[in-house]
Amino acid sequence: MTELLEVRDLKIEAPQKDGSAIPIVKGVSFNVKAGEVVALIGESGSGKTTISLGALGYTKPGLEFSGGEICLHGDDILSMENNDLRNLRGQRVAYLAQSAAATFNPAITIGEQVTESAVLHGVMTQAEATVRATELYHALELPDPELLGKRYPHQVSGGQLQRLMAAMALVGRPDLLVLDEPTTALDVTTQIEVLKAFKKVIKEEGSAAIYVTHDLAVVAQIADHIVVLYSGEVQEQGSVDQIINNPKHPYTKRLMAAAHAGPKPGMGDKLSGEHDKDVANIEVKDMTAGYGDIVDGKPAITVLRDINMSVKNAHVVGVIGESGCGKSTLARVIAGLLPAAQGEVILDGNVLKGSYKRRSKQDLQKVQFVYQMADTALNPKQLIGDILGRPVEMFQNLKGKAKREKVAELLQMVELPLEFENRYPAELSGGQKQRVNLARSLAALPEIMLCDEVTSALDSIVGSNVVKLLKRLRDLTGVSFMFITHDLSTVAAFADEIVVLYAGRIVEQGPVDEVLTPPFHPYTRLLISSVPEMRIGWLEETMKKREMAVGIARGVEITAVGCPFYNRCPIAIDGTCNIQTPPTHEPSAGHMISCHHTVEEILEIENSPQQVLHGFEKAAPDDETSATAH
Amino acid sequence: MTDATANTEENSIYDELPDAPPKKKITLTWVGKLGVSVVLFWLVMVFIGPYIAPFHEADIMAYDSFMPILSTTEGEGFHLLGTDYIERDIFSRILWGARTTIGIAFTATLMAYVVGVTLGIAAAVSGGWLDVALSRANDSIISLPSIMLGLLAVNAFGSSIPTLIFTAGAIYAASVFRIARALGQDIMVMDFVEAARARGEGLWWVITREVLPNAAMPLATDFGLRLVFVVLFISSLSFLGLGIQPPMADWGSMVRQNLDGLGYGSYAAVWPALAIATFTISINLIVDDISASSGGSLAKKMI
Repeated sequence: MTELLEVRDLKIEAPQKDGSAIPIVKGVSFNVKAGEVVALIGESGSGKTTISLGALGYTKPGLEFSGGEICLHGDDILSMENNDLRNLRGQRVAYLAQSAAATFNPAITIGEQVTESAVLHGVMTQAEATVRATELYHALELPDPELLGKRYPHQVSGGQLQRLMAAMALVGRPDLLVLDEPTTALDVTTQIEVLKAFKKVIKEEGSAAIYVTHDLAVVAQIADHIVVLYSGEVQEQGSVDQIINNPKHPYTKRLMAAAHAGPKPGMGDKLSGEHDKDVANIEVKDMTAGYGDIVDGKPAITVLRDINMSVKNAHVVGVIGESGCGKSTLARVIAGLLPAAQGEVILDGNVLKGSYKRRSKQDLQKVQFVYQMADTALNPKQLIGDILGRPVEMFQNLKGKAKREKVAELLQMVELPLEFENRYPAELSGGQKQRVNLARSLAALPEIMLCDEVTSALDSIVGSNVVKLLKRLRDLTGVSFMFITHDLSTVAAFADEIVVLYAGRIVEQGPVDEVLTPPFHPYTRLLISSVPEMRIGWLEETMKKREMAVGIARGVEITAVGCPFYNRCPIAIDGTCNIQTPPTHEPSAGHMISCHHTVEEILEIENSPQQVLHGFEKAAPDDETSATAH
Repeated sequence: MTDATANTEENSIYDELPDAPPKKKITLTWVGKLGVSVVLFWLVMVFIGPYIAPFHEADIMAYDSFMPILSTTEGEGFHLLGTDYIERDIFSRILWGARTTIGIAFTATLMAYVVGVTLGIAAAVSGGWLDVALSRANDSIISLPSIMLGLLAVNAFGSSIPTLIFTAGAIYAASVFRIARALGQDIMVMDFVEAARARGEGLWWVITREVLPNAAMPLATDFGLRLVFVVLFISSLSFLGLGIQPPMADWGSMVRQNLDGLGYGSYAAVWPALAIATFTISINLIVDDISASSGGSLAKKMI
């Protein structure tokens, strides 16, 4: 194999007004061979995206190349003029951004957008490009390839859109693909579907790729060669086998430690029992909620149906499910931000009013909602000291010096230095902002904190530090948590109980170790199988599993009758599962599974993994076109 | 980088990356300082202009109209910026005019802002019937040509300086209302506003602490522009004989009255125009500089 791209001693810096420059990339060298996938891995701020954009001869505004060279087939990209660069981009090197939803223009058909760049660059005519695009739709296993080009972006699911972006990049047969975190924002099940398609198409096309990510488990599936970056410098590089199985550099080892081991029972720590009063802190009874006007107890769009759950004092309940399953809505109902259509929310034995506007000050104090995005949850024009001081003033009735002391105490609690009280949120990093976000809720001295995906937007290392902090806060204050996430591994390590939500209904709930050991609800089984493991060959192995065939190929369908998981379930019973609401079994105390199969049947299926079961014949993923509910 | 997390890990050099810049104070660059000094200069002129001007605003010189700059009239004196279409000293009239233009236009714009922003943000924050009522009332004001409304008001209440201020303020409050409401609605859907309301904050807190500080920069930028419109509006009324009554000097009217002079090679219209420009541009310079140094979102996006 020949060297396709050579990056030698690349330096990129940010020039400052006073003539000095802040180095961003400090002399990075690596090669990409033809047909090889090279992964750039590191935390945010490690310069991985900056380096990958360099392969297109591009820097973000405010940065400039200050040394080294990037050669594609021996041509130095950095010395190219605008015209050559224009020919390079989109034709020889193609870029795939993180968010497909933001990449596609909603007003233009998919086919037009996929073929646009190849036609503009004169690589092929519109007719050739359309034929080529259709080939790629086939290769990427997209539904209805012949007619897909005539659709609009909103008519396909998120995972399909992500795959279409790959088609867009590949249509002009580029030498090199640059993929920037293409699966990071996706649910585990969608991530598998996209990864599988990417891997297949890269292999078939024989194109080389630079894959930028912070997720080692994903890298293990798709890369041939790994470059580990920290703060603009290469820490270690080598074959995927060497890095994954035998990391040498301490930073790589630390990354591996922060990367999730798959969700297993027994990962969590046992409760100290110190704060445990074994009474339900929050209880949700027969709750149905949704959006739009409520008529006869039914909202225009029902998001949650018949929810029964509780959070015990000083316990952590993890709520897990794919995007759109109603996890956030559940927290919003409890916080009173969205009044429920039916059912009630009970706090310490008292029924809470539906809307926060009608709740008493004590009730507002006891239930605190923590937003996912600290960027929008903190007022950019208020100092950290004021952001934390206000709830202290309101709920603890402290003023002046006492209030300032309390703020200092809060900052210490979330492990931030005291001088941050004089900073604005924009002057903090993402992880620091999330800590302030948590501290603001703590300032109210709550009984329960509803954490909505608080670690999802953070890097693995920063995110695991936040989870460590949450554990400490629980032990320190005895506050209960409802921890909403789509990351099963985080929940396995942090929660005491798990609630698995699917399409607005609870399909399984119980103590964390019970939920993570068989019997599983078929959906829980799918989720567990979908969490990438840091093992080469895992993707191929898992795709052979029974639950993957239907579970990955199809999307969520929201139904009012029958089992919500019916259309993706490998063991669904036709004529029963799609008509009757499944009964609830209790295999052990507190562990509930809603399924038409009995616990014994589920266990038996678990133990005979390759047996083709009744209902599995309908597995052929031919009706994927209906799967637009992502 | 935090102390507490640093000591728990073996490799503490690899802690959370400190991508946060150190704390900054609002410091003005020379551009901002220039803006401040020009605005201060004109504000001082509002009070002392008439006393230091070499002539009275109504003094008519004995010689020619449209005299060039730096000319001298015998027995009367030196005309730094020449004379206007009826032989008045332009330099003196600009100094006198600061009082009317900045006094009236600035006060009217300020009034438009106080009324427009208060109502606009109130409409955005409370929503519901208040929003509907205010927005429809606003639509009806905005649908009438402003000069017609001005004529109507002056005819009804008589031409006086308070009437002018009130009329211009009321008319321009309508357009400020629209901007303030749109900004307010954008901010109202942010999570931090919801967090404040869910904490039990009242309407006053939400408006003054959560919404207004975040709308302040765009509103301040618009202020300079709006001021120019008000100056032009008052000069239009003056042209029709309904605004500032001659011989009172006013920059907008001075530009309009001396436009003919351009045909004769006179700069008489340029000087009052420059006076308007220096004042409004300086206001915008200050606003831009503050927003850049306080790390405003606009400045951030440009980096």
